[in-house]
Amino acid sequence: MTSHHRRHRRPGFGGEPLRFRFDGQDYEGLRGDTLASALLANGVRTVATSAALGRPRGIYASWTEEPNAIVQIEHPFPEPMLQATTVELYDGLVATGLTGRGRLSDRPDPARHDAVHAHCDVLVVGAGPAGLAAARAAAGSGARVILADDRPIAGGSLPDTAETVDGVPGAAWASAVAADLAGRPDVRVLSRTSVFGYYDDNYLVAVERRGEWGGQGRARERVWRIRAGRVVLATGAHERPIAFADNDRPGVMLAGAARAYANRYGVLPGRRAVVFTAGDSAYAAARDLASAGVEIAAIVDVRQAPGARWDGAEILSGHVVTGVGGDGAVSSVSVSDGREIQADLLLVSGGWNPVVHLFGQAGGELRYDEGIGSFVPRSARQALEVAGAARGVFSLSGCLEDGAAAGARAAEAAGFRAPPRHPAPRASDDGASDNGASDNGASDNGAPDADEPVAFWLVPSGDYRSHFVDLQRDVTVADVVRATGAGLRSVEHVKRYTTAGTAHDQGKLSGVLTSAIVAHAIGADIAQLGTTTFRAPYMPVSFATLAGRDRGALHDPVRVTSLHDWHVAHGALFENVGQWKRPWYYPRPGEDMEAAVLRECRAVRQSVGAMDASTLGKIDVQGPDAAEFLDRLYTNMMSTLKVGAIRYGVMCRADGMVFDDGTVIRLADDRFLVTTTTGNAAAVLDWMEEWLQTEWPSLRVYCTSVTEHWATVALAGPGSRDVLAGLAPGPAVDAASFPFMTWRDAEVAGIAARVCRISFSGELAYEINVNAWDGLALWEALHATGAVTPYGTETMHVLRAEKGYPIVGQDTDGTVTPADLGMDWVVSKKKAGFIGKRSFARSDTARPDRRHLVGLLPADPDFLLPEGAHLVESSTLPEPPVPTLGHVTSSYRSAALGRTFALALVSGGRERVGERLYVPLGGEPVPVTVTHHVLYDPEGARRDG
Amino acid sequence: MLLIPCPWCGPRDEAEFRYGGQAHVAYPEDPAALSDEEWARYLFFRDNPKGRFAERWNHTAGCRRWFNVVRDTATNEWVSA
Amino acid sequence: MRDFPEHPDWLWSSPQPKRSYDVVIVGGGGHGLATAYYLAKNHGITDVAVLERGWLAGGNMARNTTIIRSNYLWDESAGIYEHALKLWEGLEEDLGYPILFSRRGVLNLAHSLQDVRESVRRVHANRLNGIDAEWLGPEEVKEVCPIVNVSPGVRYPVLGATYQPRAGIAKHDYVAWGYARAAAAMGVHLVENCEVTGIEVTGGRVRAVETAQGRIAAGTVALCAAGHSSVVGAMAGVKLPLQSHPLQALVSELLEPVHPTVVMSNAVHVYVSQAHKGELVMGAGIDAYNSYRQRGAFHIIERQMSAALELFPIFARAHVLRTWGGVVDVSPDASPIVGPTPVENLYVNCGWGTGGFKATPGVGWCYAHTIAHGEPHPLNAPFSLERFTTGALVDEHGAAAVAH
Repeated sequence: MTSHHRRHRRPGFGGEPLRFRFDGQDYEGLRGDTLASALLANGVRTVATSAALGRPRGIYASWTEEPNAIVQIEHPFPEPMLQATTVELYDGLVATGLTGRGRLSDRPDPARHDAVHAHCDVLVVGAGPAGLAAARAAAGSGARVILADDRPIAGGSLPDTAETVDGVPGAAWASAVAADLAGRPDVRVLSRTSVFGYYDDNYLVAVERRGEWGGQGRARERVWRIRAGRVVLATGAHERPIAFADNDRPGVMLAGAARAYANRYGVLPGRRAVVFTAGDSAYAAARDLASAGVEIAAIVDVRQAPGARWDGAEILSGHVVTGVGGDGAVSSVSVSDGREIQADLLLVSGGWNPVVHLFGQAGGELRYDEGIGSFVPRSARQALEVAGAARGVFSLSGCLEDGAAAGARAAEAAGFRAPPRHPAPRASDDGASDNGASDNGASDNGAPDADEPVAFWLVPSGDYRSHFVDLQRDVTVADVVRATGAGLRSVEHVKRYTTAGTAHDQGKLSGVLTSAIVAHAIGADIAQLGTTTFRAPYMPVSFATLAGRDRGALHDPVRVTSLHDWHVAHGALFENVGQWKRPWYYPRPGEDMEAAVLRECRAVRQSVGAMDASTLGKIDVQGPDAAEFLDRLYTNMMSTLKVGAIRYGVMCRADGMVFDDGTVIRLADDRFLVTTTTGNAAAVLDWMEEWLQTEWPSLRVYCTSVTEHWATVALAGPGSRDVLAGLAPGPAVDAASFPFMTWRDAEVAGIAARVCRISFSGELAYEINVNAWDGLALWEALHATGAVTPYGTETMHVLRAEKGYPIVGQDTDGTVTPADLGMDWVVSKKKAGFIGKRSFARSDTARPDRRHLVGLLPADPDFLLPEGAHLVESSTLPEPPVPTLGHVTSSYRSAALGRTFALALVSGGRERVGERLYVPLGGEPVPVTVTHHVLYDPEGARRDG
Repeated sequence: MLLIPCPWCGPRDEAEFRYGGQAHVAYPEDPAALSDEEWARYLFFRDNPKGRFAERWNHTAGCRRWFNVVRDTATNEWVSA
Repeated sequence: MRDFPEHPDWLWSSPQPKRSYDVVIVGGGGHGLATAYYLAKNHGITDVAVLERGWLAGGNMARNTTIIRSNYLWDESAGIYEHALKLWEGLEEDLGYPILFSRRGVLNLAHSLQDVRESVRRVHANRLNGIDAEWLGPEEVKEVCPIVNVSPGVRYPVLGATYQPRAGIAKHDYVAWGYARAAAAMGVHLVENCEVTGIEVTGGRVRAVETAQGRIAAGTVALCAAGHSSVVGAMAGVKLPLQSHPLQALVSELLEPVHPTVVMSNAVHVYVSQAHKGELVMGAGIDAYNSYRQRGAFHIIERQMSAALELFPIFARAHVLRTWGGVVDVSPDASPIVGPTPVENLYVNCGWGTGGFKATPGVGWCYAHTIAHGEPHPLNAPFSLERFTTGALVDEHGAAAVAH
C-alpha cells in the first residue's frame, strides 16, 4: 500500500516495506520509519486520546520530546506507553493508541537485557554536527573516544534538513564522518544509544537499543556504564511550542518536526500548512516542506519585521494564530487579522531550548539567555564541555566550529595533545543547523534581531482553558494561572499543582514554557524563576533494561558447599542463610518436616548424626600479637588458650551488644583459627581488619578468610566416637586422650583432617575439617559406615536450643548483651579492656529488668509456641497498648524432652524462673512457665559420651 | 557511582568500597575513665558537615586497606586523598 | 480520568517576616508545617513563623514515596506511628483539604526463616499495641496482591508477609499544602526563600535566628530541618548523633491498575505502590556515604530494578520516567530524636531517617505539645537525646533498616 503522503526516500534511508498494524488497521511502512512517520505516511493523523480531557491527539514532534503520540505495543511483546516518534518500525509490529495509561503484560518477558562497562578519555554525547566535529577533533589527538548518539543514523538534525557540508548533503557528510570514526581503533561509535544519566565523577549511563527483532540470546537493550575522562555534551536543542487556543489538535506540529518528516522520512505530514513562528528557522522548514509538495498557505510571524524573507507564501507579520478549526484534526487556522485559513497542518515554532538536561544532571548551573529566550549552561561542575546548540549556538557552521573546539579542549584536558585543527567544513547555513534552527531569532553571531521578540510563548486570550502547556498531562495556561492565583510562586510548586512536566517528555517541551507563563502571571523575571530540576533518565528506560542480567538465579550469587550435590541427591530441602544454601532437613518418603526433624534429633541424641557445617566463617589469624589482638576483640580471654585447645568466645560491638560468637582454635603460639556464624563471616573479617588497620596498627597480626578452604562436618551423638575411631585408627579418641575443647590433626578415612572436639548439641561430638576438595569423600566415608544420619540446620537448631545455646541473630537482635544471654561467664573480669566493655556500665545496660534469655515450657506440652509471640503478665488482656515482657526467640518440639519448649527474651527473666506468664495469640492467652534456659542435660553429662 | 581515589590502587568504582564514616575518631585510650556522656560521644556522635568532610573508606574488593580522603558532601567532589 | 480534587483558590500567602515571633520553626517541610498547625490549633499559639530556605515542602516532603503505616516493632515506635495513623485517618476532614489518603494495606514480605521470625514478632507486638497486623502465608499474600511472585523457585522466595490493612498512601504535596493552608489561615507566617544562617544563643538560651531575610527574634526555636538537622543544630552549638545520606526513589509512567496495595521487602529491598493516577512509585536504597546532594548513585537504581522484577515480573516493561533523591538524617538506632536540647527553648525534631512522612501528623502533634509545655509529650518522651548516653535506644534497625 503506497500512500499519497509518501515521497520517495533519500538514498541510505532504507526502503524495504514493512507491515504493521495500528488500532486494528493494517498498514505498510518502510524500513527506517518510526511508527510515527509510518502513520503519517498512511495519513493517520489522530493516534491517541489525551489522558484527562479525552481530546484527540496527533503527532506533535519527531523524537523523544513527543508529548502526544503515546502508544501501547501489543506485539511482539506488550510494552506500555512508548512515544510513536521513537519506535523504529519493524515487520509485524502491532500497536494501539493510548488514553493516558499503558498496560503491563502478565506474560513472562522473553527478552534479555544486559549491561557493559566502558572507559574512555572523551565521551561525546550526540552525533550531530557539533558532536561529530568534537569526536573527530578528540579522536585526532589519540584519545580513546566514545561517540554515543540516540538515533539510528548519525547527523543529529542534519538528515532533517536540506543543508550541505563541504558540498555534500549533510546526512551523507555525517555518515561519512561517523564511518571514518568507527573505523579508528580507539573510537567507539554507538548509535541508537541514548545517554540518559550523568552521575558523579563523570559516570554516565546510556541505553543502547539493539532491536526488538534481534536474534535469540541477543540483548534487546543494553546499558552502557561509561566512565569518561572528559565529556562533550553536544545534545542539540528542542523546538519550543507556543500556547494558543486548541494548540493540541492533531495537525498542530512543531515546524522542525514537520521538516524532519519531509526530509528524513520522505513523509508529508499534511497537504496545506500554515506556519506560526516567532523566529526564522520555521522559514527553512516552510521552504523544505514546500519543495516536498506541501502547500504553504501563510506564514504567521509574531514579529513586525521578520528577519527572514521568503516569497513562497504570504507572510502575516505582527500577527498570531488565535485558534484552529475542525472537529478533531485541524481543518483551518484562525489568525489575529480575522482570517480563517483552510489548512490541515499548522507548524509552530516558538524558538529553541538548548538540551541542557545532562548538563543539569551533572550539577551544572544555567543562566537565562535573552538572545534565545531560553536557558543555557553557565558553569559546569564536572569535567565537561558543552558544544553547539546545547549551549545556544544554532548555525550549522557555528556548531561545526564549536564542536571541533570543544573536542580539542576535551582531549587536551584529558591529557592529549590536540592535533592541528581541520579546516572547518563549509556549511551551507541555508536555514538549518544542528537542531534545524539556524536563525531562530538569533543570527549567527548570537545577537537577537533588532527590536523583535525573541521569545514568544503565549497568545493572549480571554480564556486559557485550551491553551495547552503540557499536552500529555493536559495542563493548560488556565491551570498554571490558577496555581499562581492560589499563591504558588515557585515553578516546582506549579509543576506539582498542575502536573506539568511530569510525563514522558519530563518538561522537554513544557518546562521553559511553564516557567515563562508563571513569570508572566506573577510579574516575575523568568531568569530568577529558573527551571525545575533535571533528573535521570533523560528519556524513559524500562525496568527490565535496568535490571539487566541480575535476575532469577543471578539476582544474587548462590554459595554452596562442596557437599551440596550430595545434599540435593539425598532430597535435602534448603534454607537460605545469607547467600548460602544450607540443608534444612532431609525428609524421607512420607515424612513431613516435623517427622523428619524429630527423627534427625533422635539420631543425634541416641546414635550419631552428621551435619555439613562448612558455611561457618573461618578466619586464620596469625602473627606475634594475635593473642593480644583476640583478647581485645573477644569478651573473654584468648591469650591463655593453650596450643591444641579450643575456646568459645563472644564478640561485642563497642555499644556492648552481642555481634558474633564462635570458637577459637589455637594452632600455634602465633596462630589461631577463628570461626564465625555463617551470616557474619565477612563482617567479622572486616571488623578485625578495621581495628587492626585503624586503631592498632602496631599489632603484628594478619587475617585471612579461609571459609571456603575447608569442608567442615559436625559428627554428633553418643556413637560419634565409634564412627570416628573406625575411620581414624591413628589417634586415641577416648575422652581422656582427646578431651573436650581440644583439637588434633588426624587422618580420617585416609584424608588429612583437623578434628575438633566441640559440640553444639551437648552430645559427644567432633568437628572434622578437611580440604574442601576432600569434603565429599569424607562425607561419603562417614555415611558408608551405615551408622550416620545426615541432619540439617533445623535439627541443629532444636538440639542447641535444648541446651540453651543462643543463635546470634535469632536469639539476639542487636539489643542483647552477653549478660542478657546469661553468659556472664564469657565476659572476662580480669582483662583490662575489650571492645564493648565500657558500655556495660551505662545505666540502661546495667538495668536489672533487662530482657534475659530464659526457657519456656507451655502448660500444654503439645502446644508449639510461634516464634515471635510475645509474653504478658496476666491471663486477661487489658485494652491496648499492652506492654510486652518480651518475645519467643526459638520454639521447637523436642524428641529428647518429649514435649514442646521455647527460648525467650523476657524482662527480668532470670528472676522469673518458675513464674507463669501468658502468650496472647488471639483467643485465650496460652500459659507458659519460665525456666532456666538450659533444658536438656543441664549437668553436661553427655558431652563426653 | 563515585570514583574513589584509593591511595594504593588508584581510582576505583565506589562498588568496590565500604564506607567508614568520619575519619580521625580514635578509640578512647581508657574507656573506663570516661563519663557516660563522653562514652556516648565516642559511640554515637560523628561530624556531619555540609561541605568538606574527612572520611574513611575501605577498599574491600581491592587491597582491603583503610584510607582517609576529604570530600565535599555538598557536591561529592574530592578535595584531597 | 481527571479524578483529582479541585484545589481551593487560595493556599497560602507569602508574608514578609516580622522581626520577632513567639515560636520560630526552622524548616517548612511536612513536620514544620504540621507542628505549626498543631501549635495553633491545639495550643492557641499563633505567633509562629515557619522559615523555609527554598520552596515550601520542597525537601523530603516532596521526595518520599508517601507510604503510611504504623506496624513498627518497639512499643515506643508503635506509639507515635499509631498516633500518626489515627490522625491520618481523619486528616482530610480536619484540614478541610483533600490529601488522597488511600487505605490500601501494606505487605512487608519475609524471604528467609529469620525474616519470618522477625515478622511474626512484629505482628504480635503490633497486636498488643492495638495495631492491626496479620501474618499471611504466600498464598494469602497472593490474594492481597496477585502480582507478587510467590513461586518457591525464585532466588529468595516469599515465605509470607505481615499485613497491616489500615496502612496506605497519601498525596504528599497535598498533605503539605493542607497543613500550610490551615496554619496560614490561623495566622502562622510561612516564609519561603528564608534560609536560616545562624542561631543566636546567649546565657544558654536561644534568642533569635539569623536568616537570609535578616534577624528574627524568637521565644522558642524548633528545628524541623530533616536532612540538614546537623547543619542547623551546629548553628546553636548542639551536636546531634546524625549522619545525612541520599535516598532515592523513582516513578514510572501511568499504568492501568495492577498493584492494589503497598509492598515492602527488606531482604530483596523493594517498596512499591501504584499511586492514584497509575504510576508505580518505588523507593530505592540509601547511599552508604554522607552527602547532602539530593541525588544518589545509579547502581542503587539498577539494584532496585532487579529486586523489583524478582518480586514483580509484570513490571518488566514498565519504564522509569524519573528518579530523584532526598537527604535523610539517620540516627544510630534508626529512631527519631524529638525533644529539648541542652539549649533552653531550643527543640529538635530529627533523625527520622526514612520514616518521616508517615509520622507527619503524629510528630507535629507531639512536637507542638513539647514546644507548648516545655516538656515532651509521653509519645515522644522515649525519643530523647539522652537515650544515647543511657543506652536506652529504640533500635528499629531490624524492622526499619529499609522501612518507609
